[in-house]
Amino acid sequence: MFDEMRGYGDALRPAYAELAQWLGAVKPDVLDFRRREAELFFRRIGITFAVYGDPEAQERLIPFDVIPRILSAAEWDFLQRGLTQRVRAINAYIKDVYGRREILKAGIVPEDLVFQNPVFRPEMNGQKVPHDIYVHVAGIDIVRVDADSFYVLEDNARTPSGVSYMLENREIMLRLFPELFSRYRVAPVENYPDELLATLKSIAPPTASGDPTVVLLTPGVYNSAYYEHSFLADKLGIELVEGRDLAVKNDVVYMRTTEGMKRVDVIYRRVDDDFLDPLVFRGDSALGVPGLLSAYQAGNVTLANAVGTGIADDKAVYSYMPEIVKFYLGEEPLLKNVPTWRCRESEHLGYVLEHLEELVVKEVHGSGGYGMLIGPKADKAAIASFRAKLKSDPRNFIAQPTLALSTCPTCVEEGIAPRHVDLRPFVLTGRDRVRIVPGGLTRVALKKGSLVVNSSQGGGTKDTWVLDA
Amino acid sequence: MLARTADNLYWLARYVERAEYLARILDATYRLTSLPLAYVGASNEWESAVATAGCANAFFAAHGEANEETVTEFLAFSTGNPSSICSCFETARHNARAVRTALTTEMWDTINGAWLELKKWGNGPRSREEFARFLRWVQESSLRFDGSAYRTMLRNDAYWFSRLGVYIERADNTARILDVKYHLLLPAIERVGGPLDYFQWAAILRSVSALTAYHWVYRENVKPWLVADLLMLRDEMPRSLASCYENLVQNLDRIANAYGRQGAAQRQARAVRARLQNSRIEEIFQSGLHEFIDDFVADNNRLGTAITQQYLM
Repeated sequence: MFDEMRGYGDALRPAYAELAQWLGAVKPDVLDFRRREAELFFRRIGITFAVYGDPEAQERLIPFDVIPRILSAAEWDFLQRGLTQRVRAINAYIKDVYGRREILKAGIVPEDLVFQNPVFRPEMNGQKVPHDIYVHVAGIDIVRVDADSFYVLEDNARTPSGVSYMLENREIMLRLFPELFSRYRVAPVENYPDELLATLKSIAPPTASGDPTVVLLTPGVYNSAYYEHSFLADKLGIELVEGRDLAVKNDVVYMRTTEGMKRVDVIYRRVDDDFLDPLVFRGDSALGVPGLLSAYQAGNVTLANAVGTGIADDKAVYSYMPEIVKFYLGEEPLLKNVPTWRCRESEHLGYVLEHLEELVVKEVHGSGGYGMLIGPKADKAAIASFRAKLKSDPRNFIAQPTLALSTCPTCVEEGIAPRHVDLRPFVLTGRDRVRIVPGGLTRVALKKGSLVVNSSQGGGTKDTWVLDA
Repeated sequence: MLARTADNLYWLARYVERAEYLARILDATYRLTSLPLAYVGASNEWESAVATAGCANAFFAAHGEANEETVTEFLAFSTGNPSSICSCFETARHNARAVRTALTTEMWDTINGAWLELKKWGNGPRSREEFARFLRWVQESSLRFDGSAYRTMLRNDAYWFSRLGVYIERADNTARILDVKYHLLLPAIERVGGPLDYFQWAAILRSVSALTAYHWVYRENVKPWLVADLLMLRDEMPRSLASCYENLVQNLDRIANAYGRQGAAQRQARAVRARLQNSRIEEIFQSGLHEFIDDFVADNNRLGTAITQQYLM
């Protein structure tokens, strides 16, 4: 098993040398004291998230681990190139799917996987979007299995969240451990809001003035990521709007202000497609804005991300990503894909059913770690019931081998121990260029041996340090 | 700014102000009820507290009798009463969360801290002593919130809308306490000067934190018409109707200047202020204190509606 600090247990990896020395010298109760200080800080600023289906935990803190996860400059350079490549391919693919459909004609991605997919939006067929960019904000989940192998676990191309943790984790680390920062040259992440705003302004429709009006559309205070929405709106200096704050007249979007109606040019929306416009999508949605899609189609407002991007991050489409990269860019993918069995294909399904004990099986449209089976950790009954679910609706599932995710030293009850981590960097794509702030959100599975890092399933977070060359 | 944001700020300020007012009423009632019966008479102070809080109907729908236990529970801790102290903080914090971007860190810290602290009180305090501490804490939280708003907010429309909430609510509270106790203020010669009235008046003043101010302004014993004068017409008394309207006019004018447009709300506020400025307390008593206050409360509500229609929706 590969450890970010100790490799295979044989050698201290250079990026962690200072940290290891510091950890050796610092008293355990100091670490514990700082951990509690961090918790108090997070509680006070209200950086909480809601756990759906658990009324008791309407506002829960995500545990924060005070030991940073460190990436060397060379590692980051590689990741950055891989991420840029991946997101460029995703944008080209979405444009193609809603346009000329060359990848379908070439038989690389099966047609029914696109057209019969509930996240495919026929409303987007032939729709032009500014500068052909569909995914302006992507959160690509990456895991590592050894010194050189990074795998993409998931491409989040709809409304990825977690960036507020990246920023707040750094903020609290700077407060708690100034002496540790003085031993390293850590690349800053605090410019993320500026980069995001620049990205959003760069995609304003041609109808907008020189200084376009950008807003952040949130489902409201009951959404699990509400803190992040208000945090970002504040950092960007833009209005945080709910559906009821917006109105559409003659295909133009306005917001209700104390001075009357004000035109809106760009909507950074954190509301899913389904809830955007009750006239087109779910009619029972009170979160959306009637007429929004029509204004969007008329080109009077830009939505970030575009409508229908789910067709790129769907777990069934995921397995085709290496081919997608090659098809559009003519390059070999830098970031690997986890080998994936598509249960929709009968040979694959047969293999999966025979090897359930060793595989991770996920719902194609699931997220947040809900509704998945981790074979090696599941008991016989769980496997049996999952087998039935799988057989009854195989198209809804994919399976992957359980990867030996890398571990990182983490403060737990018994002291400092290795725990599995992943990484979600945030990739911004604007008219001018791709921007990636060096770092991301490192999630850590706090339970010993656990591979599930999702915050809804007891995962925690760490600050992620990218070292300056 | 967003109309909804302004609306949230306005109500956030109102709820914090209301929580403080409820704490003051309860505090004053405790003092009255701890006096020997000979000093305060046989009136039910708990019932009067409920009336002063403006929720007599809701209270008697839930409870048969107004006594220390039921009124304390209803006004301070009840989750069924949307205007209990706890509900006020709950709603205030909910509004604050919805408009975090419009609050300063200090304001959010205060309201979120108060909300977290409130959880520690659980189902209410176990003793009168603990309850007194609770009431003090409520008042301090409100002061801290007000102070953090005053000291840290940018002087723009967000600030002005939050001030409008404070003064509309405060004017309503002051008017209401005068109305409930108005029979005490009527200068019925035969009763003036009795110990009963003295303590009742002191309680009124205390519930708007004006007991000391009274002495500074009038340098006299507590007299009913002066109490009414202080709470209604004196500019220098921060909780008086006159002072609330002075502030409402000022803040509404700032908004109008910033937006370049006067409206119904500005006109309504100026009309009420003019009425207060042109009134003498003797005339008010002659033509009927209760009627005057009734009119005022209705006018104040009309202003609230005008503000809402003009800016908050």
